[in-house]
Amino acid sequence: MPIDILMPALSPTMEEGTLSKWLKQEGDKVSSGDVIAEIETDKATMEVEAVDEGVIGKLLVAAGTENVKVNTKIAVLLADGESADSISADAPAETPAAPKADADTPAAASNDAGGKARESSSEPTAQADSKVPAQPKVEALADPDIPAGTEMVMTTVREALRDAMAEEMRRDENVFVMGEEVAEYQGAYKITQGLLQEFGDRRVVDTPITEHGFAGVGVGAAMAGLRPIVEFMTFNFAMQAIDQIINSAAKTLYMSGGQMGAPIVFRGPNGAAARVGAQHSQDFSAWYSQIPGLKVVMPYTAADAKGLLKAAIRDPNPVVFLENEILYGQSFEVPKLDDFVLPIGKARIHKTGKDATIVSFGIGMTYAVKAVAELEKEGIDVELIDLRTIRPMDLPTVIESVKKTGRLVTVEEGYPQNSVGTEIATRVMQQAFDYLDAPVLTIAGKDVPMPYAANLEKLALPNVGEVVQAVKTVCYK
Amino acid sequence: MALPNLASASGRKTAAKSANKTSFKSGGEFTGRNSLDFSKDEDLHAYREMLLIRRFEEKAGQLYGMGFIGGFCHLYIGQEAVVVGMQMAQKDGDQVITAYRDHGHMLATGMSARGVMAELTGRRGGYSKGKGGSMHMFSKEKHFYGGHGIVGAQVSLGTGLAFANRYRGNDSVSVAYFGDGAANQGQVYESFNMAALWKLPIVYIVENNRYAMGTSTSRATAQSNYSLRGSGFGIPGIQVDGMDVRAVKAAGDEAMEHCRSGNGPIILEMLTYRYRGHSMSDPAKYRSKDEVQKMRSEHDPIEQVRKRLLDKGWSNEDELKGIDKDIRDIVSDSADFAQADPEPDASELYTDILL
Repeated sequence: MPIDILMPALSPTMEEGTLSKWLKQEGDKVSSGDVIAEIETDKATMEVEAVDEGVIGKLLVAAGTENVKVNTKIAVLLADGESADSISADAPAETPAAPKADADTPAAASNDAGGKARESSSEPTAQADSKVPAQPKVEALADPDIPAGTEMVMTTVREALRDAMAEEMRRDENVFVMGEEVAEYQGAYKITQGLLQEFGDRRVVDTPITEHGFAGVGVGAAMAGLRPIVEFMTFNFAMQAIDQIINSAAKTLYMSGGQMGAPIVFRGPNGAAARVGAQHSQDFSAWYSQIPGLKVVMPYTAADAKGLLKAAIRDPNPVVFLENEILYGQSFEVPKLDDFVLPIGKARIHKTGKDATIVSFGIGMTYAVKAVAELEKEGIDVELIDLRTIRPMDLPTVIESVKKTGRLVTVEEGYPQNSVGTEIATRVMQQAFDYLDAPVLTIAGKDVPMPYAANLEKLALPNVGEVVQAVKTVCYK
Repeated sequence: MALPNLASASGRKTAAKSANKTSFKSGGEFTGRNSLDFSKDEDLHAYREMLLIRRFEEKAGQLYGMGFIGGFCHLYIGQEAVVVGMQMAQKDGDQVITAYRDHGHMLATGMSARGVMAELTGRRGGYSKGKGGSMHMFSKEKHFYGGHGIVGAQVSLGTGLAFANRYRGNDSVSVAYFGDGAANQGQVYESFNMAALWKLPIVYIVENNRYAMGTSTSRATAQSNYSLRGSGFGIPGIQVDGMDVRAVKAAGDEAMEHCRSGNGPIILEMLTYRYRGHSMSDPAKYRSKDEVQKMRSEHDPIEQVRKRLLDKGWSNEDELKGIDKDIRDIVSDSADFAQADPEPDASELYTDILL
């Protein structure tokens, strides 16, 4: 039997990649462990090794081909005596519901995060409901903070974050970035790509794996007047540092009677990625949102990521800036402006509507956007608010919307108890009770540690169907 | 419990011995470069400064008993030579950071007795407008960075202050104090590692007063020579008689020079002793009265200087009484102020949260 060689998933969020180079040609004999190709992911160029022995019967995808989907058949390996004649380049071999880190997939192990390896299936949100269209039709409203007529450039969240840091580092000598693998490795998730080359190792500082310690070093440097950007490889690891974030960074201004604060940004991916299990899949938005003295930002789009990160770096207060690994590779329009800074603490109306309001933020928006498109087809016109900042929370924008629609659903990935959604529900109940025509419903992750199994993980996260159903419920439909 | 020997300064030219000679690579041992001897002015200065701390702390203890000071209150009595000697070795711009036994550090940096005492009583004239309390005071002007209530946290923060010095390329040194208790916290070693890796200008001062609250060093650690705690990172350390202000200053001079010359961090273990309990509510039953009495009568840092001043004929009882009276006046004034000053306005509840 000829063996199919499939396009492997080589990064936590890889859905497709460029087959940049074949290192073996048709007719070449390969042994297990031979490098047969180079594949460029969204993060790096990786070598693909052969798992099995044999002779390359046919290369099905030409070198240089872009956007090759994960699990596409890229080559066929023949055993002794087998012929290449019968091989044809058929459709991508979809292995239904197979986790990508399949033992049959060559070079499946991605170890980019220094032993904190994460594997990824494709974006989990998309498969939650088969009825959901692949491309949501909801167009984002123009942000009123962007001047009309501004040229927009498609940019990934990853690039937007990098650009924000680079621009602020050019602007202010006191700004520097520190964290694990931020310099020579170019960022565990490639957010700091190129910064070392431009700014040098004085301002782009690789730290040991020592979250508690380097968070404290960052806060100390901020107390001395520098403007550190502390990158956590993920916020899961920042739990080791949470004492310095809360007890030192957030409280010093108050404890010093206003004499001394900590102008610092703690940033990094937050929340679930994909298939990384309980300890690497936690959303901290509700945790940090409870702390006076902190600002908490959680952007969804690339434009918000850029404009708000620039604002966070300039902010004289400690800012917890919660990113999301799955969003890093997604592209959005970003205004081409010399200095695009957005206000922290201001929600953005993603889409206006009259029948119900959805409030979400960060990756929660991916469910909300799809649900809104779905509901539109059913004649329900939803107003979608992207909170963008969790603390201080732009409740007036939410309440204005509720006054119009009378119905509210919140969407987030974090745990359901004491979630951001329950906080919004409480405040809307207290401040806009008379405008509500239905109880506020809160969609959140399930009240369980994140399971590893693909099916259970899907169940643990919110899904578009739940959001659609919740909106229908509050609309009594 | 046997008392560890205090490194005695007498009969030796040096203040301190290198506990870690092999890893000290900056071209010298800590021997003989700094004279132990104080001039008359230095001794008088040290006497005054230490007495201010002692009398201030005694008054704070009284005000606590009277209910003017609430919550936690950790007195520095017995340890005065450490901060006074170190301050004499520092220069303007050097930063100081410590934990919660911090009143002495603040007074040594030149913060006003009134401002500190009023913070203890939670009044608006306190350094933090009454919002910080005993454990949380700061002074940008005096380069005092707190005043921290989480054991060990100040070590990472102090390392960050040193990081800022190196980043800016100035020659300031960060002086981070912590106790023998904090010395067992993980982030201390995370900080040691980074400070050694990046050659940060920081003097780590372990104030070894033998008890972390009620737990003696021998019950808390297998390595109670804290000057060795940086050896795994190549950080040199010196054990110092922390009851002798001259020994402290001499070691401080060496340490500051070490840092300013770009050699990275250094550890000074100050062998010291607190006379009072851990906090006001601690009856200190974990040690004998004899132990405390022995330290007071044989090693008291203030008495040592007082005796020297008299023996050398640099001062006399009348002059010392005069100094004592000046100090009592300063402390009484601070106590009066701290009791008369109004509490913060209710509107202060919501200020200084964000800028």
